[in-house]
Amino acid sequence: MDIKQNIKTLIVEKPLKLDCGQIINNFPLAYETYGSLNHEKDNAILVFHALTGDQFVTGINPVTKKDGWWSYAVGSGKSIDTDKYFVICANVIGGCMGSFGPSHENPKTKKNYGTDFPVITINDMVNAQINLLDFFGIKKLFSIVGGSMGGMQVLQFISNYPDKTKTAIPIACTSSHSAQNIAFNELGRQAIAADHNWSDGNYNSRNLVPDKGLAVARMAAHITYLSKKGLQEKFGRKLQERDDLKFGFDADFQIESYLRYQGSVFVDRFDANSYLYITRAMDYFDLVKQFNGNLSDAFKDTKAKFFIISFTSDWLYPTQENKDIVIALNAVGANVGFVEIESDKGHDSFLLNIPDFLKALKNFLDKSYAEKLS
Amino acid sequence: MKPEYKIISDLIEKNAKVLDVGCDDGTLMEFLKTNKNVNIRGIEISKKKVQTCIAKGLTVIEGNAEFDLKQFPNDSFEYVVLGQTLQAFINPEIVIKELLRVGNRAIVTIPNFGHWKVRLNLLFKGTMPITNSLPNDWYNTPNIHMCTIKDFVKFSEIIDFKIFKSLALINENVSDINNSNLIFKNLFGELGIFLIEK
Repeated sequence: MDIKQNIKTLIVEKPLKLDCGQIINNFPLAYETYGSLNHEKDNAILVFHALTGDQFVTGINPVTKKDGWWSYAVGSGKSIDTDKYFVICANVIGGCMGSFGPSHENPKTKKNYGTDFPVITINDMVNAQINLLDFFGIKKLFSIVGGSMGGMQVLQFISNYPDKTKTAIPIACTSSHSAQNIAFNELGRQAIAADHNWSDGNYNSRNLVPDKGLAVARMAAHITYLSKKGLQEKFGRKLQERDDLKFGFDADFQIESYLRYQGSVFVDRFDANSYLYITRAMDYFDLVKQFNGNLSDAFKDTKAKFFIISFTSDWLYPTQENKDIVIALNAVGANVGFVEIESDKGHDSFLLNIPDFLKALKNFLDKSYAEKLS
Repeated sequence: MKPEYKIISDLIEKNAKVLDVGCDDGTLMEFLKTNKNVNIRGIEISKKKVQTCIAKGLTVIEGNAEFDLKQFPNDSFEYVVLGQTLQAFINPEIVIKELLRVGNRAIVTIPNFGHWKVRLNLLFKGTMPITNSLPNDWYNTPNIHMCTIKDFVKFSEIIDFKIFKSLALINENVSDINNSNLIFKNLFGELGIFLIEK
């Protein structure tokens, strides 16, 4: 995968102490921007991507040649309007789209880090990305936005840097990864580890790709992003290009074929070790524990205006977990709005064309921007 | 805009922190923001209305006042407004207590079931009253705990809260309710508006 071209990269010189204790410096942080920063530098929105996302939020992703992962929400005239706002998105550290990650070369061994890469956390990801503000000379962002793991980064960001943003929009996320969330991630990791090609993470040096394991991990995860109703309506028991069951183990059903396809296209664009590291970071995320059991303390110093959004059919990060964030914010008198969007598309809803969601996002941003919050 | 919004606004001090419980489409919130420069939040059960409020730039939480008020700490607001919805709750007593826990004061408005039209309606028709302020049939009304102005005054003694100010709305005119005119206001008031305290 030649991804080095077309990728903007900030080399972060300042040492960053990771939660695991290691210190990294002079590391690459790949990013992309959309729209332009205005003279007052008060129109910047930092978007955080989810587990398998990257910095190419909208337009055509120059590496995969496909639409950016949030094309429905970000762009000219869209909810996050690039005619109006300056949108920044960075590939998380641990990722595989140019930022410092396990597929980078370890200068000591001249081989890829693989599993020698330090275990990173959501906190580390956010602390790496704060450097972008200095780089662009932005004192205060207008907004930080993200869904799923992106939402976790929003929460962590505001707790680390309470006065660095005017508004914050965590979408379909949680303040603490649940046992069920960890269980699904572990299933994915074990699928990768069970692939013989994975070779304890040293597959690059052996010119192997643990694509079967990674594909299974993606297939399992993909099911968690959809709802039972959504799956039933889209696929039901429909058969794949055949009139009857074949009494074998080929993909008889459309849903099987669909999942196999999702797995196969994923391995072309994603690195197995990155998958391990990023899922681990999500599992370690527990903002409640970071603040000794009182989530409200994470938000007690911020004056930011919050807007929390969840989806009715999201069982991965259900409404109640999003509401817990609202409750914690209300407990410290924060300015917080909340809406649960009706959708049968499951957790994936935040990435899809759900008009009620896109409208709410746009209205909140545009009205807040007009308010000229301090 | 409902006629009582102006009256509610007159009861609220400038720059206060206010919660509008059942804020509907945010009309009152906007009115209070403009007229009293209040720092205002809303709770609303309908997704559609929450969307409308967001489109107006209002800070609103989708939720059910009966269960979701408990997330606010004591004395979070100087005023909590409950407009014409007390009668729709399963347990009005708990709601009133919650309003007065999260707010220093509460403004509660009630459609008066003691109004003469309501009384005549039942007396002569023998069916559940349908009026301008109570437009639903008995089987599809959200109002399960209707009360009169007099009932509400009695309620204040039973569950022990103070009525700081009580007003009646009659033909869009507002007037004070006191002990000597209670029977009259209970017959002619379309709406009771109460400023209450713990």
